Amino acid sequence: MVQSEVKFISGNEACAEGAFYAQARFYAGYPITPSSEIAQIASERLPTLGGCYVQMEDEIASIAAIIGASCCGVKSFTATSGPGFSLMQENLGVAIMGEVPCVIINVQRSGPSTGLATSPAQADIMQCRWGTHGDHAIIALTPSSVQECYELTIRAFNLSEKYRSPVVILSDKTVAQMREKVILFTPGEVELLERKKPTGSPGEYLSFRPDDDGIPPMASFGDPHLLRITSSTHNEQGFTDDDPSNAFTLIRRLYDKIEDNADDITQIKTYFMEDAETTFITFGITARAALNAVHKLREEGNKVGLINLLTMWPFPACKIKEAVANCRSLLVPEMNLGQLVREVERACCAKEVHSYTKSNGKNIFPGEIIQAWRDSL
Amino acid sequence: MIVAVTDYLRQDKLPHLWCGGCSHGVVVGAVARVLAGLGIPVDKTVITTGIGCFGKADDYFATHALHGTHGRALAFASGVKAVSDDLTVLALMGDGDAATIGGNHLIHAARRNMDITAIVSNNNNYGMTGGQYSATTPSGKKTSTSRYGNPETDFDLCSLVVGAGGGFVARTTPFHVRAMEKLIAEAISYRGFSFVEVVSCCPTYYGRYNREGGAVAMVASIKERAMSKEKFNLLPLEAKPGYFPMGKLHLEEKIDFNTRYREVQQKAQDSHRES
Ligand SMILES: Cc1ncc(C[n+]2csc(CCOP(=O)(O)OP(=O)(O)O)c2C)c(N)n1
Ligand SMILES: [Mg+2]
Repeated sequence: MVQSEVKFISGNEACAEGAFYAQARFYAGYPITPSSEIAQIASERLPTLGGCYVQMEDEIASIAAIIGASCCGVKSFTATSGPGFSLMQENLGVAIMGEVPCVIINVQRSGPSTGLATSPAQADIMQCRWGTHGDHAIIALTPSSVQECYELTIRAFNLSEKYRSPVVILSDKTVAQMREKVILFTPGEVELLERKKPTGSPGEYLSFRPDDDGIPPMASFGDPHLLRITSSTHNEQGFTDDDPSNAFTLIRRLYDKIEDNADDITQIKTYFMEDAETTFITFGITARAALNAVHKLREEGNKVGLINLLTMWPFPACKIKEAVANCRSLLVPEMNLGQLVREVERACCAKEVHSYTKSNGKNIFPGEIIQAWRDSL
Repeated sequence: MIVAVTDYLRQDKLPHLWCGGCSHGVVVGAVARVLAGLGIPVDKTVITTGIGCFGKADDYFATHALHGTHGRALAFASGVKAVSDDLTVLALMGDGDAATIGGNHLIHAARRNMDITAIVSNNNNYGMTGGQYSATTPSGKKTSTSRYGNPETDFDLCSLVVGAGGGFVARTTPFHVRAMEKLIAEAISYRGFSFVEVVSCCPTYYGRYNREGGAVAMVASIKERAMSKEKFNLLPLEAKPGYFPMGKLHLEEKIDFNTRYREVQQKAQDSHRES
């Protein structure tokens, strides 16, 4: 049996390792701190794997290029941070509308704009959800450790292939640049998903005709089945169609194929929830501080628990509701002025919800969460 | 297998949506005839487009297609080409697409020397959005956003691409259809970034704003103003404005990105084995 490899690496390196494990073979990007290590590793490793790294002229072009490469059947990814993620919003919409699998790693940093270059923040939650215009759904995963960077990147590729959708990894500067032990999977240890390919004859193939699961099989450029990818509202053939009922059917399907599968897509990790009276709900690096706070408070005999969101979008509302069913109150610490707390309030409107926010380029420390908890009593 | 031009065109999509006298259809016809002439299989051809009147061109091709965003056709095409050396990749763009919002992608695609054929149908304005001025609207010309005359200076697209490192650069017109076909065929056969500018006309907007007298008069004027590079070079400087050189303007052998990248892969694999 092949032994698992244990490494001591950063979150960014782990994302890159996860991408290679998932068989990603194309990266296009534009360097930006604190994501650049991913580009550097991709440029070094992809050519050894027969893959390709291209440094594009900007992030608009970077995401365009990974969409183009993915249309050829090659698993593709890019990495960036705030300013670059802003530029990617235009073509993130193309990946959504054209149903092109790809993975975008956004290592969050402080903003708006250039912000405190480059201090940590978790303030792209809503940009990630709604940054590209129009009604749409998105999948976004939020790692809080180096191990999760690795595992969630593999999962991101699996979800993107399964749902024919872009997937965002919403990492953060601290998780991305800290080093921890990771256990890398052996080949075959994790199932890798591939997009559905057309099974019928080339003549019958329609690029956007969904199966019963709402997801259309995807041919690749170069296949005898002609693939037509378009950013315009389209019919099943992939031609512009402005008929209102067609438009609604399409928008609805693109939305539902993600939101209706929230149970399959979303993951939360819970800690000490059996008897918790107050639950901390958070994600990313703040979940690490919160876990430390929970340990300390438990030592003092306080009944607190933690939910670490591994999925931000679709919002794991059902899983959270179920987990906090017996809790009296919730406390949401986050490194922004209060983005996650609104979603928690929406999901758990019957609960007492407290917010602890910090938006000054500094991480939230366990002591602050403990204090916020005391203040909420 | 004998291929016919009709294999490349989606008959059911015709007639096309462009206005009478618009040059875009002439370019689409030429591209389809060239693909058929070269016998490039439809399923080994990828057409990328942006947004605009000419951005609709992909609708008419029975090939693979990627209809992206305004100005980004070359960026999408670059990802396609980087991972599929066996595919023929064409980016069909308007002047807004290629030279204005997408100008950055144009110069970098030329510099990077991806084996892509870029074809610009340059009608000197934004046809799709109502005839506003673009980066190729000549100074002083009227458009829906330059009613008193364009205060800006236009790009000479071919010179721009030569300056950016493009190895194959040509200009043609909708009057010279056979020459257009020859140039496009050569551009597609060229290994590396190739660029063909078609000096097109938009009788609906640019033509009307500038009282150019309809499609026939506009094409006649384009024909008048076009000349060989040699003839153009002999014109005294003061006589040059309004005239332009056409034909193959620049040809240079250059190693394309994919060939270069294979060397990168080789070196990477060698050093990986050593370590
Ligand atoms: C980011 C963005 N900005 C603006 C537009 C609006 N728009 C659509 S087409 C177009 C201009 C098209 O001009 P050109 O590329 O020259 O093509 P033509 O219509 O003249 O063939 C513009 C400005 C857009 N679609 N996207
Ligand atoms: Mg135009």
